[in-house]
Amino acid sequence: MEVKDALIKYCLRLGDDALIVGNRLGELCSKGPFLEEDIAMTNISLDLIGQTRIIYSYAAELEGTGRTEDDYAYKRPEKEFQSALLTEQPNGHFGNTMARQMIYSVFYYHLFTELSKSPDEKLAAFAAKSVKETTYHMRHSCEWVVRLGDGTEESKWKIQDALNDIWSYRHELFEKDEVDLTLADLGIIPDTANILDVFNNSINEVLNRATLDAPEEGWKATGGRSGRHSEYLGTMLAEFQSLPRAYPDAKW
Amino acid sequence: MSSDNQFPQWEVFVQSKTGLPFKHVGSVHAADAEMALQNARDLYTRRMEGTSLWVTLTDSIVASSPEDSDAFFDPSNDKIYRQPTHYIMPEGAKNI
Amino acid sequence: MEDKKRLEIFQAKIDREEKIEPKDWMPEDYRKHLIRQISQHAHSEIIGMQPEGNFITRAPSLRAKVVLLAKIQDEAGHGLYLYSATETLGITRDEIIEALHAGKAKYSSIFNYPTLNWADMGAVGWLVDGAAIVNQVSLQRTSYGPYSRGMVRICKEESFHQRQGYEIMADMAAGTPEQKSMAQDALDRVWWPSIMMFGPHDADSPNTGNATKWKIKRETNDELRQKFIDKTVQQAELIGLTIPDPDLKWNEETGHYDFGEMDWDEFWSVVKGYGPCNKQRLGHHQKAHDDGSWVREAANVYAAKQSKKNKVA
Repeated sequence: MEVKDALIKYCLRLGDDALIVGNRLGELCSKGPFLEEDIAMTNISLDLIGQTRIIYSYAAELEGTGRTEDDYAYKRPEKEFQSALLTEQPNGHFGNTMARQMIYSVFYYHLFTELSKSPDEKLAAFAAKSVKETTYHMRHSCEWVVRLGDGTEESKWKIQDALNDIWSYRHELFEKDEVDLTLADLGIIPDTANILDVFNNSINEVLNRATLDAPEEGWKATGGRSGRHSEYLGTMLAEFQSLPRAYPDAKW
Repeated sequence: MSSDNQFPQWEVFVQSKTGLPFKHVGSVHAADAEMALQNARDLYTRRMEGTSLWVTLTDSIVASSPEDSDAFFDPSNDKIYRQPTHYIMPEGAKNI
Repeated sequence: MEDKKRLEIFQAKIDREEKIEPKDWMPEDYRKHLIRQISQHAHSEIIGMQPEGNFITRAPSLRAKVVLLAKIQDEAGHGLYLYSATETLGITRDEIIEALHAGKAKYSSIFNYPTLNWADMGAVGWLVDGAAIVNQVSLQRTSYGPYSRGMVRICKEESFHQRQGYEIMADMAAGTPEQKSMAQDALDRVWWPSIMMFGPHDADSPNTGNATKWKIKRETNDELRQKFIDKTVQQAELIGLTIPDPDLKWNEETGHYDFGEMDWDEFWSVVKGYGPCNKQRLGHHQKAHDDGSWVREAANVYAAKQSKKNKVA
């Protein structure tokens, strides 16, 4: 695969992940369990969509065809989105949201830490900026998993349930396809196999503090990187893209 | 639901730049110190208003009472010799 | 000290434009009035998150999405500053929220209307935040310290809200015919509720007496409303939109705009609970509150456990 093509795809992949999970968090506005938490989750959503905009812009620059961040977000069909299935899983109850955010932010914390060493300056700068935000996101969601795990009986079974449900969605983050192999070979991106241990350690540390059990391994969600999503993304995109699609001549 | 868990109240102090004093900006509700710090950061430093934060339980604050303000603060009122402007310097004296 | 003497000291402070602080003695009516006013202001910010929140997932560009999210986040923050100020008056947050759910505490009735197209995001920012700014700038000089400081903070943040709203309206008014039509439609629906945000005519306003004497309120409803209209008409004209008031006319003599009579029947009906979204707004807030109960409980129990652990250790 051409390096440039791989890099464009990789950037879009990072952007898609952040956008879809950021959009999910945005749905929670005015629905948080208390007002301070509403602000916290919106804040995270803002950070994530901000990340999307930066990395989409880089992809657009590399592509050089005049497509913009909004073209990527609003004009691509579902099949072209490479977001991991994890990101489109519904918010459910607060425990579901925090479990999803924990997995997401722990992974990206470790990924961005390594990615900030990339010889590709723009990618490195993006990762360096994003790791600061992700550190905060990680702290936030992990602390909540601990509070819920070591809280009341009700919160314990709810968060355990939530972890059991989301467990299958971790593996996809570590999948490697031609895009990853092309770029990792040249050292442009890290080999995710190298962050698997630290990822697992971080998660296990949280589970221990939370007095929770690591769920059993079951099936492994897959398909997002090649455009095969769960049933959620279609509905999300229908809503998300509705205005530009209804008024294709309009500028917003 | 009586005294529903809206959490204890914490007072927030922000230091806008290193070296400057911490300023009281308001309060947040939080269940524990870590949450208080995060909530304070989300609420009071969205526009880069700070480099450092203090949070403390509202109940821990000890405040002077307005009734005592006479006894507390007036005695400093007439000790103007504590102010540098009280002293007359010879014309031309520099760096003093 | 006798209450009569205390009242004199209190009024003298007010007359000297000194702030009243939480630990100062204050008449019960002053305290009650402030609790009602500040908490209702807080509730307005928080309920206001809902009509705008309706368009987060449909924001038509990434920039629009982050701007909208940031704006709503600010509203939540304003709600929190105001809760914070109310709590200094000896009421707890639980009590404040209970009053909202029980229908005892009100919020700005503009939020009992639905948001129906993207231009509503523009109209709400431009007109509703615009009206709020006029009111809040005046309140910066209110006599109660924590409320005044809260207002100063809020005013700093509010002007971006109005500008993002006006920008949306301007862009849409200059866009495709459908966009312009949406913008005009939004203005048609949001205009009257916005000017009614300033409350009834001064003559029909029961609480004004003390509010003015105690400098809680620095200008009257009609004065503020006139200020807002005078500022806004030109803004509408500039972007080619028509304010839905056939009686709106510049008055050379007074140097102000004359405007039509507001529909007070509708206003009071909505305030009493019969607006299109009253039930929905309160229900939504109640549900989020109830759904979150187990989370709040867990956080409390966890904190208590930690604190026990720390004592033993």
